[in-house]
Amino acid sequence: MISYLLQRLGQSLLVLFIVVIMAFLLFRFLGDPIVSILGANSTGMQRDELRRQMGLDAPLIVQFFEYLWQTMRGDFGLSYRLGQPVARVLLERAPATIELATSGLLLALIIGIPAGIYTAIRGRSIASQLTLGVSLIGISMPSFFMGMLLIWIFSINLGWLPSFGRGETVQLGWWSTGFATRSGLAALVMPALTISVFQIAMIMRLVRAEMLQVMRMEYIRFAKARGLSSRSVYIHHALRNTLVPVITITGLQFGSVIAFAAITESVFQWPGLGLLFLQSVAAADVPMLAAYLVLIAVVFVTINLLVDLSYYAIDPRIKTMAEQKGPAA
Amino acid sequence: MNGSSVATLGHQIARTSARVWRSDLVSDFLHAPVAVLSFAIVLLYVLAAAFPSVFAPHSVTDLASLDFSDAFRPPAWIAGGDIRFVFGADDQGRDILSAIIYGLRISLFVSFAAVAISLLIGVVFGLLAGFFGGWIDALIMRAADVQLTFPAMLVAVLIDGVVRAAFGERVHDQFAVWILIMAIALSGWVQYARTVRGLTLVESGRDYVQAARLSGRPTSFVLFRHILPNVATPVFVVATIQLAVAIILEATLSFVGLGIPPTQPSLGTLIRVGNGYLLSGEWWLAIFPGLALVILVLAVNLLGDWLRDALNPRLK
Repeated sequence: MISYLLQRLGQSLLVLFIVVIMAFLLFRFLGDPIVSILGANSTGMQRDELRRQMGLDAPLIVQFFEYLWQTMRGDFGLSYRLGQPVARVLLERAPATIELATSGLLLALIIGIPAGIYTAIRGRSIASQLTLGVSLIGISMPSFFMGMLLIWIFSINLGWLPSFGRGETVQLGWWSTGFATRSGLAALVMPALTISVFQIAMIMRLVRAEMLQVMRMEYIRFAKARGLSSRSVYIHHALRNTLVPVITITGLQFGSVIAFAAITESVFQWPGLGLLFLQSVAAADVPMLAAYLVLIAVVFVTINLLVDLSYYAIDPRIKTMAEQKGPAA
Repeated sequence: MNGSSVATLGHQIARTSARVWRSDLVSDFLHAPVAVLSFAIVLLYVLAAAFPSVFAPHSVTDLASLDFSDAFRPPAWIAGGDIRFVFGADDQGRDILSAIIYGLRISLFVSFAAVAISLLIGVVFGLLAGFFGGWIDALIMRAADVQLTFPAMLVAVLIDGVVRAAFGERVHDQFAVWILIMAIALSGWVQYARTVRGLTLVESGRDYVQAARLSGRPTSFVLFRHILPNVATPVFVVATIQLAVAIILEATLSFVGLGIPPTQPSLGTLIRVGNGYLLSGEWWLAIFPGLALVILVLAVNLLGDWLRDALNPRLK
């Protein structure tokens, strides 16, 4: 158990370390900070002077550890595009993305799980065939087009919901929330729906597949034979056993929710991290890109680790597998 | 190549296609209406993209043929529409249907090229990792793990950003199509590598591989002539599903302005440009290219789903 924990932790740290190296190489070799600070007309002597002052003439390995140390303290330098400390900009933008991603994922669970159960139990009904068909469209619909359709229908033609921005936000310390005002909630509806469409379809199909598998098991037949109501069999026996993989995969999907958030934020001009990332890519804002890379890696690695560990804690079969060969995929 | 080897090759192709035609796969296919329909749609799209001048009612490359009095003409069934412009015309009087067909050409070229490259990279790495094991395996699979930590979308965007920062905006726009292809290809190789590695691991232990190695066949011969054909089927399924992913990625990157520039619009670029006219009521500029995109992805996905089930012996 302990050795497995340590092994997983070591792997995660290794991944993070590699990502920081990549971020450092990006930072060090793509944007020349000397030229961007002094301007293209500076003389070679001026550049050498500043290079010495900033410690950029030190051996690469020394510079790397300097960068690592700064990164661990949350110092990512100045954004080329905005001229502000990267860390402060990231912190400002984070609440918008976190609120959007969480709402989207919650929506996906609330709709996806019941729909999955329904289509598994009443597989032959017209309603569930229809739901399955719609879910396939959900998987095939690029999120930007989904967002555009929503804007076209509900903002432009019906005028019900705002088409861009976060509405009014309320400041709670450094956290700005859109949950507290009417306009903030109205602005959240379409972006959250856009983000969740793919996830709803995925969770639904997953729950359905798991339910169908579990319901073929002996203990379900036995429970039915004991004369338990089908409701009790479905909820207490079948659903429970499907939830472990569902929760795992949903956790892992949080990463892709954040990736899709970038696109959704761009469609709805939602002032979050994703929009910031796309703008930084378009402007080749290297310090911002490097910081975003590290930030996303930390988020993803942490989630993957937590999911793996929870899996390990919940399902005892993994233990023997882990001892035989590597972690469970 | 001399005459007799051409004849042998032709004979071989004929024999193989006869075998394919008699196989279960084809008869399964002909009994699955959804698969047939999806295949027909994909085929239509591919043909339209390959021969746009045959399918498109107007030429979009010939600027002289454009007439500004046709600008923003609505779809044919709406008042003010014209049957010459079935899905309407854009801000310069360009036929939307023709623009879609020419855009499709670029979208499909980028997607197929990206899938081919990532398949090549992934299959070779997967074969090497599974066959040799040891540090080669460790290196490749750790790299795959690191990359898998990030969704393909972010990887592709990041590669685009790195190229932009390294070579500047001008060079980037000049090679936009190839940069996009590489960005999508490099974001997808892991899927193949993992599949192929697992299968190669199994196949390497089989007797026929041992026999080939003991009889002194060169390693590359064993890898590509013995193992590769036996791991090819799942790779084919992965490639179909990845094609849908590549089409969506291309459209998405072009939509957010990181892909194909408007001078040579792909489907995603068309939607991006059309999006600017949604607010003023000219919805057909964006909605029709978008629908064309969704139908294509849906058909490819359906085909991929069917192929996966049809080739899975456990479902028989």
